Amino acid sequence: MNDAPLWEVFIRSQHGLAHKHVGSLHAADAKLALLNARDAYTRRNEGVSIWVVRAADIHASDPREEDTLFESPKGKEFRHATFFPTPEGVKNL
Amino acid sequence: MHTNATSATEGDASKMPEQAPEQAPEHSPEQAPEQARFERQLDQGIPIESADWMPAAYRKTLIRQISQHAHSEIVGMLPEGNWLTRAPTLERKSILLAKVQDEAGHGLYLYSAAETLGVTRDAMTLDLLARRAKYSSIFNYPTLSWADIGAIGWLVDGAAIINQIPLCHCSYGPYARAMVRICKEESFHQRQGFAIMTVLARGTREQQDMAQDALNRWWWPVLMMFGPPDHESTNSDQSMRWGIKLHSNDELRQRMVDQTVPQAQFLGLSIPDEQLAWNEARGRYDYGAIDWDEFRRVVNGDGPCNQERLAARQRAWDEGAWVREALEAHAQKQATAVAAA
Amino acid sequence: MAMSSEAVVARRERLLQLADSNLILAQQLTAWCGHAPMIEEDLAQANVALDLLGQARQWYRLVCASEPEFGDEDRLAMLRDVAQWRNLLLCEIANGDFAQTLVRQALYDEFHVVLLTALVASSDAGIAEIAAKAVKEARYHRLRSADLLVRLGDGTSESHARCQRALDRLWPHVAELFVDHEGDALLAAMGVAPLPSSLEETWGQAVGTLARKATLTLGAVASARAGGRQKRHTEHLGFLLAEMQFMQRSYPEATW
Repeated sequence: MNDAPLWEVFIRSQHGLAHKHVGSLHAADAKLALLNARDAYTRRNEGVSIWVVRAADIHASDPREEDTLFESPKGKEFRHATFFPTPEGVKNL
Repeated sequence: MHTNATSATEGDASKMPEQAPEQAPEHSPEQAPEQARFERQLDQGIPIESADWMPAAYRKTLIRQISQHAHSEIVGMLPEGNWLTRAPTLERKSILLAKVQDEAGHGLYLYSAAETLGVTRDAMTLDLLARRAKYSSIFNYPTLSWADIGAIGWLVDGAAIINQIPLCHCSYGPYARAMVRICKEESFHQRQGFAIMTVLARGTREQQDMAQDALNRWWWPVLMMFGPPDHESTNSDQSMRWGIKLHSNDELRQRMVDQTVPQAQFLGLSIPDEQLAWNEARGRYDYGAIDWDEFRRVVNGDGPCNQERLAARQRAWDEGAWVREALEAHAQKQATAVAAA
Repeated sequence: MAMSSEAVVARRERLLQLADSNLILAQQLTAWCGHAPMIEEDLAQANVALDLLGQARQWYRLVCASEPEFGDEDRLAMLRDVAQWRNLLLCEIANGDFAQTLVRQALYDEFHVVLLTALVASSDAGIAEIAAKAVKEARYHRLRSADLLVRLGDGTSESHARCQRALDRLWPHVAELFVDHEGDALLAAMGVAPLPSSLEETWGQAVGTLARKATLTLGAVASARAGGRQKRHTEHLGFLLAEMQFMQRSYPEATW
């Protein structure tokens, strides 16, 4: 049986700012994971930089706590520029 | 993505449910808020992710559907792979190789999506080899000529696209995302097949006959790809409610017929169905009866190539065991050496 | 640059050796598609095959551009019989098990990188241009095959035994990589391509280091078995060509 760990793959495109999650694969270690990721996820010029992270090392917020964690920003739209009117004729605002 | 959902407030990591789905009740009273949340996500089109609560039956159905889809991609490499060494030009060889390689990639994406639901790739592979899991019956048919490669791209991938595009909006996030990636790559597959058919249809007498013969052999099995007729299809209602299945079998099958008839006309090839006729009132094509006995036989293991396909996958598994073991052993040695240093 | 007919022939022979070697190797690798030990390897093998196929096609086109009587890439690939192929015998040795395929690849990739690195500096612009892209691909192939060889050479006792067996089987074919044939001295003098013998030391050091890391033992360097450019092939090539060429030979009037 093959116990090669599962890795999550993140690719940053040539003109992208951030690495984006594209999928996962199995590999015995990080070096092989990078090579496999290159073969599986960059055949169509998708990227110039690859990150691989062991799936077991990714920690996520608990969906059951969604309300607790994410309630506060609601009702505070003044954090967005669009909340404020832009007076006509005034530049550089 | 397979995540460890960690409760920020309680400090313990939640785990995937461990009871077998059949034993777990659909949901207990304690899970009513969970169920409500799940339903709300479905209603609002918010993707269900791997750490979200989901009914055991939803998880089980998805594991079956996604893994069988993955198996289909991998087994699907074999009928076309047969012609890699015999492709008639270097360009056709290159294109076919890129296509078959894509199919390996699709299998990879889909196995990975299924793994987010708590099943390992190895377990899924063993289910396939033990005939506990199925794959698309279309791949149990032989590729007898180069025209078959054209027919597969044109018809089989054409049908797959019809099935797959709706799945880009399915309720389960990892599956939907895998499908988006697959659909993007799949678009060249169908064109590749149609390009081959076009060259054959305009070629020598022998090439035209080759193309027509391939169409004759693949047409009906392709229509069977969409599954049994609606009135015989179990579980469809539940799958639709869950956002896993978005259209009925017959609906998609009809779409395939309507889309393909004009393409065959363009090629100057005739579809092997004497009852095929445009129905003005319905605005769709009427088509003849499908031999569901053949479908059942092939799905249950008695098709032309079932034995060969599984034997090939079994051989790859068996003969590759020493490689997989060696990779693991080497990684262990390295890890031990690093720890000791 | 107007070339003497001697130079034209020498250049063609050298390019065909490279193109034929790449194509035969690619053809063999495609057989692994759908049968590799894991999906990640199906993808990896196909990648290498696609690259080598692409490079072969470019070399064939370069030859046909200078000598139109050769037709096109498909005429060269599909209509020549065994005796007209110039590939290295190493490339036509059968796949065998995964270890044999891998060892064959690792030995070839080291050679391929050394050769292409030299060709990047070729005085022949057409050659230099193709080599510039090809060497990047070859470096990736080498990265992969070397990494995998270390893992399998130093994995389990079974994987080690298989790799060693493969290396013993393939080693006699390594000498051919560095044989100087008629015309090679002229190409070297013109700066078109390096003398094959001049590549041996670099290759030998790289392969020696790799073998050590992989805990494998290299054989003694043997004298070259008669090779492709001397039109002495193995029995395997005939079967490989029969399969590859069958469509074109069966349907001579057709285009695909």
